[in-house]
Amino acid sequence: MTPPLLALVLGLLGAAVLSDRGAHASAVGDADRGAKIYERCIACHSLARNRTGPKHCGMIGRVAGTQKGYRYSKAMRAWGKVWTPESLDEFLENPRRTVPRTRMGYAGVKDAGERANLIAYLIRENGPGGSCP
Amino acid sequence: MYQPKLFTQLEHLTLDRRRLLTGTGKVTLSAGAIALLTGCSGLAGDAEAKSDIMADDANILNSALGAEREAVAAYQVGAESGLLSPGVLQLAVKFQDHHKQHTDVLAKTIKQLGGTPDTPMTKYDFPTDQLKNEADVLRFAAGLEKGAVSAYLGAVPLFGNRDLAKAAASILGDEAMHWAVLRGALGEDPVPVAFVS
Ligand code: HEC
Repeated sequence: MTPPLLALVLGLLGAAVLSDRGAHASAVGDADRGAKIYERCIACHSLARNRTGPKHCGMIGRVAGTQKGYRYSKAMRAWGKVWTPESLDEFLENPRRTVPRTRMGYAGVKDAGERANLIAYLIRENGPGGSCP
Repeated sequence: MYQPKLFTQLEHLTLDRRRLLTGTGKVTLSAGAIALLTGCSGLAGDAEAKSDIMADDANILNSALGAEREAVAAYQVGAESGLLSPGVLQLAVKFQDHHKQHTDVLAKTIKQLGGTPDTPMTKYDFPTDQLKNEADVLRFAAGLEKGAVSAYLGAVPLFGNRDLAKAAASILGDEAMHWAVLRGALGEDPVPVAFVS
């Protein structure tokens, strides 16, 4: 394959990946659908209060493992990343691969589209007009 | 108390394995038998890896334990609300008892894995102001049961020990039944989907 052709093929592949991501990326994820996905989390989490897992209000933009009044695992405290759409996407795809030894005993949300919707929901609830204070 | 056979077996196996791990055991299991305990044949030779797997499994069980304890407390709130008719109250008490049994078995298993059950939360702040009638209570309970089914579904593939995956699936089945019955009591389609997620 000649270099320009290779570049074209890679470019197309990239575009396909991007448009696939674009269709689901958190910026355009569907928060209403995300609310349904969030029902999977509510055995342990809620937006407003710490339960088996930490609350999710105030999470966006904060360093992982730093919600007041919640006792995290060492692993989560040591991870050190800020919660952004990207880091949430990484964590939620496979929590235990992303943060080995996390106490969150949950396999994650494998479908990128579902994840994007879920993240859109978390961002909406944390933003102006959302249910978080 | 009735104890599922699975866990009785597990107790036996796990205790043997712990003796084995510390090297003080008089019982010697073949490498094949040890592999059976972890479900990971490649790991049989590495005591450190095995105790890591046990610690990870105990972690997973601890988050399930947290959710189960909360369910017990939630049914207590429902049962004491004065909003439930006799038939529904009976259901609530029965389902609460199931969650208590799950709690006991989870705590016991965490200990058997060499872990420590998390300390229970001192208080749960349930949305009691939103529970105004029987349907509200049923809906609240149904939401928790559905969430619990999802939580176990997310736990099943993670266990290093397949006996634990089986045990989690057994609890999942029970909680899915609760969910269906509660939906039925609400007049909703008890089984709205072919797959839970
Ligand atoms: C079985 C219980 C359980 C379920 C189900 C669960 N989590 Fe968690 N989650 C936890 C626990 C426990 C922690 C704390 C982890 C630690 O300290 O290692 C946590 C931590 C987190 C964090 C880090 C928060 C912070 O304050 O830094 C995020 C984000 C998160 N969970 C999102 C989710 C989402 C989204 C779902 C649903 C798809 C979900 N979790 C399902 C138990 C659960």
